[in-house]
Amino acid sequence: MTPGIQLDRNAFGRLVFTDATGETYENVVPVRAFPITAPDAGFSLVDLEGKELAWVDSIDALCNDARELVLQTFAAREFMPVIEKIVGVSSFLTPSVWKVETDRGKTQLILAGEENIRRLAPPALLVTDSHGIHYLIRDRGALDKQSKKYLDRFL
Amino acid sequence: MSLPSTFSEHCVLPPLDSSLPRNWFSTLVPFLRDDETLLTYFETDLDDQLSYVDGIVLLTSRRLLVTSPSAQAPAERATPDSASSARSTSSASSTSSARSISWESFDVTDDARLVRQDYSGVGALELFNARARVAVWRYTLGRDGAAGRLINSFERLQARRRSATEGSLAPDGGAPPTAFAEHGNSPHGDADADADPETQSPPSTWVLFRLWRFARPYRWRLFAGFLLSLASTGATLVPPYLTMPLMDKILIPYQNGHPIDTGQVTFYLTGLFGAALVAWALGWARTYILAWVSERIGADLRIGTYEHLLKLSQEYFGGKRTGDLIARIGSETDRINVFISLHFLDFATDVLMITMTTCILVSINPSLALVTLIPLPVIAWMIHTVREKLRLGFERVDRIWAEITNVLADTIPGIRVVKAFAQEKREAERFRTANRHNLEGNDKVNRVWSLFGPTVTLLTEVGVLVVWAFGIWQISKDEITVGVLTAFIAYIGRFYTRLDSMSRIVSVTQKAAAGAKRIFDVLDHVSNVPEPEDPVRLEAVEGRIELRDAGFRYGTRNVIRHLNLAIEPGEMIGLVGHSGSGKSTLINLICRFYDLAEGAILVDGVDIRALPIAEYRKNIGLVLQEPFLFFGTIAENIAYGKPDATREQIVAAARAAHAHEFILRLPHAYDSLVGERGQSLSGGERQRISIARALLIDPKILILDEATSSVDSTTEKEIQRALDNLVHGRTTIAIAHRLSTLRKASRLVVLDRGEIVETGDHDALMESQGHYYRLYQTQKQNAEQEEDQ
Repeated sequence: MTPGIQLDRNAFGRLVFTDATGETYENVVPVRAFPITAPDAGFSLVDLEGKELAWVDSIDALCNDARELVLQTFAAREFMPVIEKIVGVSSFLTPSVWKVETDRGKTQLILAGEENIRRLAPPALLVTDSHGIHYLIRDRGALDKQSKKYLDRFL
Repeated sequence: MSLPSTFSEHCVLPPLDSSLPRNWFSTLVPFLRDDETLLTYFETDLDDQLSYVDGIVLLTSRRLLVTSPSAQAPAERATPDSASSARSTSSASSTSSARSISWESFDVTDDARLVRQDYSGVGALELFNARARVAVWRYTLGRDGAAGRLINSFERLQARRRSATEGSLAPDGGAPPTAFAEHGNSPHGDADADADPETQSPPSTWVLFRLWRFARPYRWRLFAGFLLSLASTGATLVPPYLTMPLMDKILIPYQNGHPIDTGQVTFYLTGLFGAALVAWALGWARTYILAWVSERIGADLRIGTYEHLLKLSQEYFGGKRTGDLIARIGSETDRINVFISLHFLDFATDVLMITMTTCILVSINPSLALVTLIPLPVIAWMIHTVREKLRLGFERVDRIWAEITNVLADTIPGIRVVKAFAQEKREAERFRTANRHNLEGNDKVNRVWSLFGPTVTLLTEVGVLVVWAFGIWQISKDEITVGVLTAFIAYIGRFYTRLDSMSRIVSVTQKAAAGAKRIFDVLDHVSNVPEPEDPVRLEAVEGRIELRDAGFRYGTRNVIRHLNLAIEPGEMIGLVGHSGSGKSTLINLICRFYDLAEGAILVDGVDIRALPIAEYRKNIGLVLQEPFLFFGTIAENIAYGKPDATREQIVAAARAAHAHEFILRLPHAYDSLVGERGQSLSGGERQRISIARALLIDPKILILDEATSSVDSTTEKEIQRALDNLVHGRTTIAIAHRLSTLRKASRLVVLDRGEIVETGDHDALMESQGHYYRLYQTQKQNAEQEEDQ
């Protein structure tokens, strides 16, 4: 079904999807199936009720314009800062406030418990703060020495 | 077993005789006629008042021969003799023993019926004729299988006799004694299985040697550790030896006016320092190596136990409590680990040290050495007495510890129930009680060994005193020098410290032995769903299932009996019946979570006991009432039965299970965490994930155990749609409480108390107005009442 996908953005800034039969659907949202383990593996176009309209095996299968639109939507919707450095932690006991440097700038996060650090396919880690925001650590080993030291105290 | 020759003159006994208990023989033989052959026998073990009395029911080619256990009873118990079932009682004195056994005889007539029934562990075998019950024999249910075989043989004999009388008059004594060929194993087989494998003997220290199996891979390192122990112990024994010349050649001469020889002093002091350094280095290496090894042995032990545990049958888990098993694998392997790394080592060092010290002492001065060793036998005796008490005590403490874990393992998963019924206080009280038991147990043990330690210390102090006294006396006689006495005092300081620590090891060793016993309990438990020795491999399973005369019981309850059912490939069978009618048990049997007590289950014509278990279960998709999700992502949960599934396969399975869309609504879609501490999903959502899980392995046989009963009817419809995808092209066995969910079934099988009472499709069963009809009517009424409300 991939080739027949046509996507546009309407005046309200929403995506409009036209399927192979020419029917159009407004307010379409692209959803990644495996946002963490395999972001590019495939995504689905769903309407506001969550009903699936179309499945796309890979983002590369889209034509350039559509891909651009989808990627833009993802970028605006998905918020998962990548932790690049742990500057300091308030305490080695949880809850603990971490000062971190991410790919989106400096911030603070509150770690409610050790179990909120989740091991993904190694060497990646996913840190969930007390507000449910996920922070990604791409490669534990690639962090600087001080960050690793902090992190080790929680693992 | 060889028979006395006189017996074989009386009658021709079939191969049975080798298994027939010998004590019945002597009294039986006079009754057998020449042309009579024994077909089978069945040993009863209860009398009418349900006291334990051995008896036997023999089936010969003519009649039933039965012992009457109580000699006086048969006369009053006998029912009036009838024409069809002649009863004759006669008595014979056994020649070999003083016991007199009387035999009753019942002819096998056409209208005779042999029936068994059971109630709370007691079975009864009843013989009826057309008008009345002729006799009843009772037995414990362990022998039920043998009773069944007796009935089978009995019925076959009747049939044979009937056909013989209808046809030409064959001599009935000529009935071939083939009945025994199918007897197969001994009838005691079932009874023996009841023997408790966990006998309550206190754990012997020898059980620790069984750990060698786990230590073997590391034997060279262990050996190196031992050598290092030897060397480092030797090194620590050097310093006291050097004090001798230091005293005799330097200090005493100096007191007598000689100047101190600095060269010699430097030499000896360097020696002392060097010895200390060497002992330090060796001790470090030894401790490290042994700790390294013991960690690995501990890990292997844990993994080995867990792997073994996973292979055990469902029955084992049913009988054990979670907390107990967790305690065994968790804390007890750790205790053994600590024992090996610290205490075993210490013990070895202590023994070495004591032996070496003794040698040195004897070589310096035998008589003083003898005095030094006086407390040793006393301590050895004490160790021996205390050990007995401790090892019982520690095993008890271990069991109590498991009780504590059990309380936690019960309560924490059931926390909703606890809170809902406001039973926090009671649970706390239960925990407190368990802890109190723990304290009591520990107090008892501690009383013994807290006294033990100081007593050893006291003995050693006294020992030192004796050595001083004897030494001073010897010096006064000029038999030894001051240096020798100093060296002795220095040595026995070490010597007694070692004895003291050895005495402490007693308790640790007993703890480790108790732990090892509990672990070997698990490891020695043989799964009663054994892997076949010579497995048959099915290349492609078609899905034909056949149950032949299947029988099964839980403990004393007969749950399935004489069940015969054939299911064609691709057929969907609905199992219907009241709860407790054996539906779930039947499914457990087909999955081979348990093994049948009688009969066989065949898949594609092969007994499932001949198939490799894991391979066989790969062909079965199971959807349970309470879907279990493991901690992990949704994708991992769907791929549980097929971890190498591609993402596309996972998505396809989820789509077929109507789970795809709700999964996409979750914040991380297929990467969302579920299970304990994970994303909370509704019952219907969890169920659809478990359906996707079953779909992904693409099984030929599908089992739905109340897959839709824990959800509301809207969700049920959605699940039903998912199930329709799943059922297609597979042999399906579905249990459903709501009969409406079985609409797609090609056949309904109605079970009642472990037996099939009806089969057929919905319409046929409704028409016959039997069990199914009544079930259906009840449900319909309930549904209508619900609607009215």
